[in-house]
Formats: sequence, structure tokens, C-alpha cells
Amino acid sequence: MSDVAIRVEGLGKQYQIGANRKPYKTIRESITDIALNPLRRLRAGFSADAPNGEHAFWALKDVGFEVNRGEVVGIIGRNGAGKSTLLKILSRITEPTEGEVEIAGRVGSLLEVGTGFHPELTGRENIYLNGAILGMKRSEIHRRFDEIVAFSEIERFLETPVKHYSSGMYTRLAFAVAAHLEPEILIVDEVLAVGDAAFQKKCLGKMGDVARHGRTVLLVSHNMAAIENLCPTSILLSGGRIANQGCTRNVIRSYLQTLGSFAAETRIASRTDRTGTGEVRLTSFHLEDTDGRPLTAVTSGMDVVFVFGFECRRERKVWKVDPGLSLGTNDGYTLTVFYSSYTGSTLDAVGRGTFRCRIDRFPLSAGRYTVGARLVAGGEEADWLRGPISLIDVESGDFYGTGHKGFEGSTPLLIDGVWEVSQGS
Amino acid sequence: MSNSRLLTTRDDEPIGREVTGLAADAIRRVTLRPRHGWQALDLHELWQYRELLWILALRDVKVRYKQTVLGIAWAIIQPFCTMVVFTIIAGLGNLSTDNTPKPLFYFCGLLPWQLFANSLNNAGNSLVANQYLITKVYFPRLVIPIASVITGLIDFAIAQAMLLLMMAWYGYPVGPQILLLPAFVALAFVTSLGVGLWLSALNVEFRDVRAVIPFLTQFWLFSTPILYSSTAVTIPWKRVLLGLNPMSGVVEGFRWAMLGKPAPGPMLVVSVATVLVILVSGLFYFRRMERTFADRV
Repeated sequence: MSDVAIRVEGLGKQYQIGANRKPYKTIRESITDIALNPLRRLRAGFSADAPNGEHAFWALKDVGFEVNRGEVVGIIGRNGAGKSTLLKILSRITEPTEGEVEIAGRVGSLLEVGTGFHPELTGRENIYLNGAILGMKRSEIHRRFDEIVAFSEIERFLETPVKHYSSGMYTRLAFAVAAHLEPEILIVDEVLAVGDAAFQKKCLGKMGDVARHGRTVLLVSHNMAAIENLCPTSILLSGGRIANQGCTRNVIRSYLQTLGSFAAETRIASRTDRTGTGEVRLTSFHLEDTDGRPLTAVTSGMDVVFVFGFECRRERKVWKVDPGLSLGTNDGYTLTVFYSSYTGSTLDAVGRGTFRCRIDRFPLSAGRYTVGARLVAGGEEADWLRGPISLIDVESGDFYGTGHKGFEGSTPLLIDGVWEVSQGS
Repeated sequence: MSNSRLLTTRDDEPIGREVTGLAADAIRRVTLRPRHGWQALDLHELWQYRELLWILALRDVKVRYKQTVLGIAWAIIQPFCTMVVFTIIAGLGNLSTDNTPKPLFYFCGLLPWQLFANSLNNAGNSLVANQYLITKVYFPRLVIPIASVITGLIDFAIAQAMLLLMMAWYGYPVGPQILLLPAFVALAFVTSLGVGLWLSALNVEFRDVRAVIPFLTQFWLFSTPILYSSTAVTIPWKRVLLGLNPMSGVVEGFRWAMLGKPAPGPMLVVSVATVLVILVSGLFYFRRMERTFADRV
């Protein structure tokens, strides 16, 4: 028996857009449709088969991959890359238009937290309802009931209709049921993005357990931290096709290369809003990973290299150049300034070249930041661009090495440390 | 069963059903690929999901009368009020009820009708009402309309108890033919399901169905011998024709089983045959359309 849990071959899914892609028909539309083109209307209405290509849109095309039993695979990509469509096909919610999927094992899919929860029913009733909908046997739910309740931390509200729950309680209960699903193959879509930080951590831990118990997991997430931490391998989808697959680190890197809304390299040679002697001038800026591949975005916690192109005005060497960079929030607040001289070194520049600043464990949380730059040569300002030279996008990443993406939101800075307790005697 | 399934190869199973393995813990294999045309019914899989069927039906029952003052009493109030109206109309129009107390005659006819009409309404709208499930999780789609028809049975059982009380009140005797009542309940159930399957699948694509259902039940009500007795139709072939409406057979059968009215006779055969055609065609149409439900609903 082969050890392949999921084999996907030449998978494609076509959707209708435009004329035939109305969410549903109303009486008026049907009547006008029928009046305008009775035959076509009837054919389209009564046949479920593949539609004409006129308004066709391929959400997935030529997708093929294999997942071995026990593997935990991340699926990443921008919005609209086809991630959700892929999961919907794998969990049999919708059918492929072409191609084939072979699945060996019981599939549990979690495309949403709390599918089928009914607001009028109590927490207890919803555990059974939701469990059954997710494919658990009644006896199975019964056996794990206490565990589910304990995990959800809602013991006191078990007999309260869930419509009176806070959204946090609701999510906790929903995830608790889902987390105790024990299929051989688990398909999860972006459900880790729920609840408060502590609960997220608990969920991540649970997912890690699931993975360690030899079950196959497919995980879609925008949380690169979770993907990096849980999935040794990943698949990158782009425009409905597989753009890259393999080792997660590499796949995330190639994702970042295509992700940002900015060109990889910003040319700044021609900007005039600058001051300084001009002895040596900045010409360009881009980001690289430590292997020298250009990036358009970075993740928190990754090792990243800021690369500034320069040009000397004259042939001769410019001694003791002290390049500095600044990082600021999108609303103009400067977070940090970092000159080479702070670490006790200055650089000599000649002709054209690049100043490279490697920052290990990039300490900013997800968001958009500005980059500023200034060159000082021999104690004199050589070049300073007023205002930011570029914007960078930071994706949440595994800064802490735990899969926790940290406290996001309005806090840009990530710091690491050790918490301890010492008791008074 | 499981042995023959074991031997089938993937190519023999183009519709994506699992093949049961040899060992108890063997891995289930599923092949998903585009399907075209008519599908097998796969009642085996439906059976595996019977718990979900039950839980969904239970959910609807629990939820139906939440935040109502009268609660489950509504199951009686509805047919009771209609009965009162019918009794008044019959009194004004001098309609014959074959020497049975009018309230009994009408209530008995209205019970299976109410089961049918409610189930039809629930089933017809069931897929659309549960679209958040259809687009998020897999299970045999047939579970949804079937569960919604089962829900109707609960109301029916309550109203049925009311009928027995009324019969006791009138001192109306119960004959041995009451033992056949479950057969007519089953017929009413299957009729609702058959029509409900058609309507629910059509409703996914054409929301007109939602508007059509009330009309349909209204017309259907008057073409069913509830307000009048089928004995008013005396020509035999016309009586048989009346059986083309399966609810005629059901209502007549009900009155026979409960009140000892004349047995439906050949009319019933026609009704059963019609029901079978509606049910089987409904099942296949549903299965044919279900693979696009998630995309269209």
C-alpha cells in the first residue's frame, strides 16, 4: 500500500462569471431570460454540466501534488490564488471541472469555525450538532464531551443559548469541537486567526499535537508564523496554479518575492528632495534574503538584508562612509534609526556598489513600514533623502520560534525575552 | 456487500465513492473527479450519515417553537383552525361528509394534509436555508431535505394525539384498520419527500420556487378530497383519475384507517404508483444536480 494520503492530478475548477454567474435567479430575471432566449435558458437551467467558455474563469488550473501520510503541508498564496477552492474540492464540497483527486483516509475539513452552530441552541446542544456536522459519531462526541468543554473554557455557560455568548466564547467553543475531530486527514482553512492570543496559542498547540500523531494536515493560513512553525513543506498557489512547492522556508521566500505591492527595487537616483555634499549618493534600495534573492516583503523574525545602491561622484575612494537607515510607521512615526557607526564600523566606498545591512530576526510585526536612509562621509552629510525612500510590507512570521505571531495590531515592535516568576518568602 | 465493493477497481467507481478495505482499520479511498449525467443513489452512504439526519431533524424541532408563547401547541392550532373554517363552509354549502361529524371528518383529512404541506414547504426551502452548511462541509446532500420532512412528523404525531382525543369525545369507535395507519403516514411522508426533492433542487437555481410553493399547496389542497368527500366522485374511472394526486390516496386511506370510511380501493394503487414515480425521479434529479449545489446556491 502506498503511503500517499492525497494525490492531486491536473486539477482544474472553472467558475462562471458575468452573465451566468448570478448568485441566484429571481422571477423577473427568469422571465426576461426565458423571453429573450428560451432554448438556451432551459438548457442552462436544466443541465448541470460544464458551461460554455465565454464567461469562464479558472479558479484552479493544472494543479498537481502529492501529500504523504503524516505530512503537514501549508498552502499559501494571495487572496484569490485558489487556496479555498482547492480546499473545497478536497473536502468534497464542490467538484473539480477537470482532473482527479485521490484521497486515502477519513477527511475532516474545517473551512470555518462553528459551521452549523445554531444561535437558539445551548452550548451543549451545539457541541453535538456541530460535531455531527463535522462528521463525528455521537458516541465519539459523547466520549470526548468533557474534554471539549474543558478546552473551550465555557463550563458555566453550557446550558445557555449560544446567541448570548460573547464572540470570544463562541469561537472558543466552536474551535474546541473542531479540535477534537480525529480524522486521518485534516483540512483547515484560516481558522487560527480567531480568538485572543492565549487561545490562539492553545489552538496552535493542539494543531501541533494533531500533526505529531501522524495525521495528515493541509493548512491554509495567512499567518506565516503558523505555517513556518507547523508545516515542514508548503505549496504556493498563484493565479490558480502551483507557483512553488517544497521546503516551507523556500516557499515562503518565493511568496514574499511576489507578494509586496511594490517593485522589488526602488530607484532613487533621480530624486531631488535631498541634501548633502553628494560625495557619495544613494541610487536604489531593495530587500534581499540572506542568500541574495530579492524580496518584496519580509516576515517578522526572518533574517533580512537591506541593500542600498550607491554611486561616488568622483573616481577616488570615499573613506569612512557611515550609512544609516531608519524604519518608521506608515503614519510617519520613526521607530528606529541604525547607523553603521553604532556598531563601531564605517565603510569605504569606491565607484558604484551597494551598502548591505543585515538584520537578524527582523523585529517588526506585520504591517507596512517606511524606510529612510542617510549617508555620512567623514563626518559630513553626504546624502540625505527627505522622507522615506521606500515602503516595505511585513508579514506575520515566526519571530518567537513558537508559531505565535505575537501581539499584533497597533504594536509594531517585537521584543524577545524570558519571563520568570520568583515567589516572596 | 463489502467484499464485492472491495473488488471494484477505481475505474469501476467513477463517481467517487469509497471502497471498503479488508481490515477493520483499513484506509478508505476516495477518488474525486468530474461527474456527468445521472448518478447512482448511494443509499449506503446516506445510511452512514443517519446520525446527522437525526440531529438536524431534532435541531429543527427544537428551534421551531423557541421564543413562541404557545410553543408546540401550534402543531394543533393550525389544523384545528382550518377544521373550524371548513366545518363552517360545509355547513353553509351543505357539503356531505358521509354522515361523519364534520369536525372529525375534516380534522382527519387535514392531518395528513398538514404533514404534506408543511413538509413540502420545509423541504422545498431546506437547501437554501442550509446553504451555509452546503458551502462549508461535505455530507450527502440528501440528508437536508429528508431531515426537514422528518421534522414535520413530530408536529403530525402531536396532532394525531389530538384526533384520538376528539374521537373519544365524539364516542367514535376505532376499527382494526387503524393498524394500517402507519402505511398511510409513510405514503404521505414519501409523497412530501418526492415533491420536496424536486422543489429543493430546483430552488437552488430558481428562487421562483420559494414563491411557487404557497400557490402549489393551495391548488393542491383543493384538488385533494379534504373539503369534500371523494364519494362525491362516483364514476369509477374518474375516481381512479383522482388517485393521480397521491394525496387523494393518502387522505382517503387516512379516513378509512381512522374513521372507517370506504377504503380507497384502486385509487390507492394509482396513488402509490404516482408517488413512486415522483420519488424516484426526484431522487435522481436531486443527485444529478447536487454536485453544483455549493457553486450555485
